[in-house]
Amino acid sequence: MALVRMRGQLKKLAADQSEHEVGGATVADVLRALEQDHPALAGWVLDERGRIRRHINVFVNGERAAEEAAVGPEDRLDVLPAISGGAK
Amino acid sequence: MSELVVGTKKGLFVLGGEPGGPFEVTARAFAGEPVECAVRDRRSGRLLAGMTSPFYGPKIFFADDPNGEWTQAEGVALPEGGEKALERMWVIVPGEADGLLYAGGDPGVLFESRDGGATWQLNQALWEHPTRDRWQPGGGGLCLHSIVPWPGEPDKLTVAVSAAGVWHTEDGGASWERGNDGLKPRYLPEAPPDDAPQEEDDHEIGLCVHRLDRAPKQPERLFMQFHGGVYRSDDAGRSWSEIGEGLPSDFGFPLVVDPADPDSAYVIPLTADMDRVTPDGRVRVYETRDGGSSWSPRGDGLPAEHAYLTVLRRAFDRVGEGDDLELYFGATSGEVFGSGDAGATWATAALRLPPVYSVTAS
Repeated sequence: MALVRMRGQLKKLAADQSEHEVGGATVADVLRALEQDHPALAGWVLDERGRIRRHINVFVNGERAAEEAAVGPEDRLDVLPAISGGAK
Repeated sequence: MSELVVGTKKGLFVLGGEPGGPFEVTARAFAGEPVECAVRDRRSGRLLAGMTSPFYGPKIFFADDPNGEWTQAEGVALPEGGEKALERMWVIVPGEADGLLYAGGDPGVLFESRDGGATWQLNQALWEHPTRDRWQPGGGGLCLHSIVPWPGEPDKLTVAVSAAGVWHTEDGGASWERGNDGLKPRYLPEAPPDDAPQEEDDHEIGLCVHRLDRAPKQPERLFMQFHGGVYRSDDAGRSWSEIGEGLPSDFGFPLVVDPADPDSAYVIPLTADMDRVTPDGRVRVYETRDGGSSWSPRGDGLPAEHAYLTVLRRAFDRVGEGDDLELYFGATSGEVFGSGDAGATWATAALRLPPVYSVTAS
């Protein structure tokens, strides 16, 4: 099972737990499984198309990763809002 | 005491005050997040807000107490696995049956709730309309921004999409028909001849309606602020006649009516589509009381010089009617102005808010 770490609003939606052990072969699989465990997260990280929202970053073992990136049982996923600003 | 629910670039503000005077902030919610639309459903007392986090996407939340806990509504999403994602909520409007509400959003979508806003369903007929692949977004996206119920008839509804024109249903949203005859999109080249082989051209679809409202006492009458042009319809929105003559500019976004008077409408002109500020550095609301045959400026108490404000399409609302009509609008400068006497005189209701996206009054 991969370890998923979240903070802030996402943590609150996931039973106020910052760390979760979740199964799945890809980033998308893991995030979908996380939504199954915590339905309040649905739509917050992945949109309806199954894509990671534009201003959310997912890192696998510290490397930014896309939806189709492979995930192993020993991997660590960090789900973080992107650093953005200037225009808003 | 009147209440304003103000959606801004940096959160929701609830203001309370007496008509024609300054208002106080009584609540702030969604700090730092863009709130594009919000309304208090006068029937239930419930507040509903459409919020689009730049990180987490568009949601609708509801609360009975704006200073208390807000609950995320369910069902505010497009079908999973498709090619589109919901981009933004534009408007939430109570319907004509108990617990019935509508919400409009980008990409040109309508949601309906039958339980006071706790759960929502996408209107499939509009979502799957065969012309949808030819709808074009305006500068603000493909926004469904106006939802106009027919008083006492829950199955009849008109909506407007920028830039996909006016749509009517008379069967509760099971089917939709366009209502765009007479609209003149100056931003397009001349229309092709009627015998052109194309079944529908951009003059029938790419219509950039900015705001729509209905005269409740004469519901077949509607008023429209178009992208260049102010229009009136006397046949329930099937055809439209220009009524913008006499305005300093017929470009603008918001429009409201006095429910007591089917001949009334109020608009806030902006200079032009390429210069979206109040004309001549003066802030003035324009009123008609003869169905658009003539317009009168209503600016007593509004900034009269060096004032280059932008008022967005959902940032103008009214409460009451006739002699008790109250009017309120907010600007992207963060100011909110109010009138307690149908626009005859105005006062600053609030200053130094974040840029105002929407105002609703109750």
